[in-house]
Amino acid sequence: MRHNGIFAKVFMGLFALFMLAPIIVVIGVSLTPEGFLEFPPSGLSLRWFRAIWDNPDFIAAAWISLKLGFWAATVATVVAVPAALAIGRQKFKGREALLAFFMSPLMVPTVILGIAFLRFMSMIGISGTFFGLTLCHVIVITPYILRLVLASVTGLDGDAEKAAAALGASDWTIFRRIILPSIVPGIVGGWVLAFITSFDELTVTIFIVNPSTTTLPVRLFSYIAQTTDPLVASVSTVTIIFTVVLMIIVDRIYGLDRLLIGEGKK
Amino acid sequence: MSHSPTRRAWALSAPALLLFGTMLLVPLIMTFTLSLHSFDFYKGIGSDYSLHNYVAVFGDSYYWEIFGRTFAIALVTTLICAVIGVPMAYFMSRMGSRMRSVMILVVLGPLLISVVVRTLGWAILLGNRGVINTALKDWGLIDMPIKMMYTSGGIVLALVHVMVPFMILAVWAALQRRDPSTEAAAESLGASAWTTFRRVVLPQAMPGVLSGSLIVFSLSASSFATPAILGGRRMKVVATVVYDEFMNTLNWPLGAAIAIVLLVSVLVIMVSWNRLIEARLGKAHA
Repeated sequence: MRHNGIFAKVFMGLFALFMLAPIIVVIGVSLTPEGFLEFPPSGLSLRWFRAIWDNPDFIAAAWISLKLGFWAATVATVVAVPAALAIGRQKFKGREALLAFFMSPLMVPTVILGIAFLRFMSMIGISGTFFGLTLCHVIVITPYILRLVLASVTGLDGDAEKAAAALGASDWTIFRRIILPSIVPGIVGGWVLAFITSFDELTVTIFIVNPSTTTLPVRLFSYIAQTTDPLVASVSTVTIIFTVVLMIIVDRIYGLDRLLIGEGKK
Repeated sequence: MSHSPTRRAWALSAPALLLFGTMLLVPLIMTFTLSLHSFDFYKGIGSDYSLHNYVAVFGDSYYWEIFGRTFAIALVTTLICAVIGVPMAYFMSRMGSRMRSVMILVVLGPLLISVVVRTLGWAILLGNRGVINTALKDWGLIDMPIKMMYTSGGIVLALVHVMVPFMILAVWAALQRRDPSTEAAAESLGASAWTTFRRVVLPQAMPGVLSGSLIVFSLSASSFATPAILGGRRMKVVATVVYDEFMNTLNWPLGAAIAIVLLVSVLVIMVSWNRLIEARLGKAHA
């Protein structure tokens, strides 16, 4: 292995600073004891974290986002796993088209998904409901989980299944005892990635929430549009910590390298 | 097994297919028909069909300016991402696996943090009394703050931050498929690091740059949160104009028409770009 020279190291250091700067600044600002934005903070205080508790809007929005992420990721998993088994393990007519269709939410600009969902839901009368919001998020996050489950499914070794089938195991038994255990990390990794994507989603969601289903990113966005004070920074810091905890969990179960670039820990 | 594999595959995909059919295909078709309706401030959305919304969009220099600005921002963002992303992916491919894991976390981890939060960070950095201007003033480098908020430059900077991981991923994937012995050959023949990079690594990274550009360009052209927060009320892009039409003016048909024009122009650009890639790569292989 050839090593990187000094130029490469400086370049990477500056780039890492660029990537981390906005995140560091948000965390730094949230720790200020003052009533305005300052960085670096003149002292350390958890004042603005306590202020979150006095702001029921943010608490309610966070709760909606958590519930939404949970249900959307779960429903997406339930529909994506069988589809991944079909697409990843069988050659059939229309396979490519089916996969392209299921991945298409990644191709359509999110602002167009947002207005399409808004139009559709107001026509059928579920506009702004939690149920409708969940279905829309399922569409947005299914591609992420499908991709990860597909990767686990295509890596399966068929011999154990053939052996089980030869010994008279039913399809269901083969799925439950052989296939499922080996794709569980992919499913869990996909679920968490889908959850994070739903939890962070803004552009689609902002079109389809009503005041009682406003999610945390939408609440933050509308707050920032009016004013930026240390409160938005402390709320943001809580979501950063939450995301980092989820990343650690994914790393343990699935491998963060593998989640992010499709290789690494096996 | 009693069923044919094809029937079984479709049965397994049926739940997802049903959901995508009703919740994706139907809404997208409805958006297209919506863009053909008329709108009246008192009577609301009409039930007629005509192209007058498209005529209105194409006939108004205001929308030309918005589309021009949006695509210019997306193009500059894409170029900067390519210029940063190629060396980053290359350096990362040469790192030891331990340091590489750290670097992957630093470079790609922010992808998992909300765009709203990251853009808030940029707003705090770029404001007239923000971190950068305050620091420059304290060091005596400037007297007047440099205007970075509510400028297209600020939007590009924050968009690069959001988009560059996608470029690095694409270039990375291309570099994984390269033949490392070509580099060793170049070096053993006395080529400098720069020559090796330019003549050996870069051509092998090109397919990744081209596919990464597609992703970055289309995501940037339709980005909403970053231009909405950093652009303010004046520096509009297509996505924020669509949002205004839907949420403030309530002229949904016009908003839908603008969005469809965005979708079609992004698709046309992507398809022509793809053609170009195939033509170039085809030539390279011939």
